[in-house]
Amino acid sequence: MAVSDAVRPATTVRGSDTDPAKRPNKFRQAFPQYVAVSPFFILFAIFGAFPVFFSIWLSFHSWDGIGQLKWVGLEQYSYLFTDPTFWKSITNTLIIWVLSTVPMLLLALVIANALHNATRFRSFYRIAYFIPNITSVVAVTMVFGSVFSNNFGLLNAFLTSIGLDKIEWLSQPWGIKVAIATIVAWRWTGYNAIIFLAGLQAISSDIYEAAKVDGASPRQQFWQITVPLLRPVILFTAVTSTIGGLQIFTESQVLFGASGSIGGPGDGGLTIVSYLYDNAFGSNQFGYGAAIGWALFILIVLFSIINWRLIGGSDDERLTKRAARRAQRKIAAERAGKEYADAH
Amino acid sequence: MRTERVREVTSHVVLMLGVLVSLFPFYWMLVMASNTTPDIFAYPPKLLIGSHLWENMGNVLDNIDFFGAMLLTLFASLGVTVLVLFFDSLAAFAFAKYEFPGRNLLFGILLVTFMIPSQLALVPQFVTLAEFGWIGSLKALIIPGAANAFGIFWMRQYAKGAIPDELISAAKVDGAGFFRQYLTVGLPVLRPGLAFLGIFTFINVWNDYLWPLIVMTDPNRLTLQVALQQLNGVYGTDYSMVMAGALMSVIPLIGVFIIGGRHFIADIAAGAMKF
Repeated sequence: MAVSDAVRPATTVRGSDTDPAKRPNKFRQAFPQYVAVSPFFILFAIFGAFPVFFSIWLSFHSWDGIGQLKWVGLEQYSYLFTDPTFWKSITNTLIIWVLSTVPMLLLALVIANALHNATRFRSFYRIAYFIPNITSVVAVTMVFGSVFSNNFGLLNAFLTSIGLDKIEWLSQPWGIKVAIATIVAWRWTGYNAIIFLAGLQAISSDIYEAAKVDGASPRQQFWQITVPLLRPVILFTAVTSTIGGLQIFTESQVLFGASGSIGGPGDGGLTIVSYLYDNAFGSNQFGYGAAIGWALFILIVLFSIINWRLIGGSDDERLTKRAARRAQRKIAAERAGKEYADAH
Repeated sequence: MRTERVREVTSHVVLMLGVLVSLFPFYWMLVMASNTTPDIFAYPPKLLIGSHLWENMGNVLDNIDFFGAMLLTLFASLGVTVLVLFFDSLAAFAFAKYEFPGRNLLFGILLVTFMIPSQLALVPQFVTLAEFGWIGSLKALIIPGAANAFGIFWMRQYAKGAIPDELISAAKVDGAGFFRQYLTVGLPVLRPGLAFLGIFTFINVWNDYLWPLIVMTDPNRLTLQVALQQLNGVYGTDYSMVMAGALMSVIPLIGVFIIGGRHFIADIAAGAMKF
């Protein structure tokens, strides 16, 4: 343990004036606890921290994985900024994220409300809503791939049967995005509903009773009690679905990976991670892959902060803080004025 | 009272519609897996379960080493699960119940590691494993995931509430050291929490796609998900067979889930509330 090594000299000095047998070294005493927590930190050092630092280093180099690393400085990053395919992968990812997350969270709220009101068959509903989430993305994507299929897909068969024209879902950029967003929303709506339900159940029914006595309509109750009290839970789902949404990969890889172009026709399904994968493991540009990884990281942090700002920081809290700051400033100003008066 | 009744009925109607949407893809998977490919391509498409399920499943076994892939996936999932349960609960026990210098700092570092997306380290992780000579081996699937921050965080929250301090003091009085306390006091009390973490870890490893796609480079040693995608890519024209493969890959997991599912769902929700 690096911590105990660093401190040992100090304790030996102190050991000269107190009996070491009486005051056992607290680091040595905690040795079993350090052993207990060390597997995670050792594994993280090797497979987490080192790779992260190495990927910074790597992103400043051009490297094909076999030959010498060639220092190129910020070249990868400046290329990244002007790379139209990279920007396309970002726009695609963001569009798919919005197309999936907005309906998903709204539907989840509706389902959670219904689950909250329904008293019977609760465990059946919960299991039925959760099964999509535990099913593998690969299998699910294959099923949805057939449903959205251009020629013999179920969806097109349905459209033709009601007299509409077929839509080439999987060969148009927006059709591809709708298909991927549908898969994501289908997998995660139930999961989010269960989490909203837990939040709903944590709200005391006394609050609703009191509101009813005061004559609040169901709509008022929803906007003034349910939504504000659910805020932390909504924040959790928003942040997790943002992080998940920015990392979408498997869906487009399963739909188009075998067709030779990883993003499908017109790169309509090219996501940030599939672009990273394609550069690093498809064309062996490890340095560029690492740079894309860092761009992804910055986007995730950025969007988590935006979510936090939009949903997390409560207005009241912000107002209180502002008021407190103003009061402090006033007091400080008054004190400064007084000191000035005292001095003169 | 009438409005209550109306609300209950509307809720069930909404919920049943949702259940239909939620479960329909599985039905459709079964329909496709049990018909012949020409029948699926036909217009109007077949909407009912057919009689060719065994035949299609047999074709899967003829074309890919399905049971080999399943066994490999099972080894990887069980290996990671056992190690995660041991390492995470041990660390969580120490973090939850013992004071030691640097505890809060170490736990803080652990929380920060949540923020790092796994793709960031993907390239150098691959390079590191290549240096170790682990590419293509079971080790590459198991060791990097053998302890994780989520599990330690979650188990620590659980252990804090579940393990009474008196039990630990009693064990200390009996002369038990830290590891004996973990075995005799910690593990029995943590068992329900371990069940959740176990199912969660197992499902995640079983379903993982990107990591095994990168590290399992030998086409004869693929995990189930990668083998399935291979089947889809190479024999994509034989849709019935591909769907039979998908069905076969999904069934064991759904089995595990239905057995342990009810508590699992409650714990997922509880975990989200703690964040």
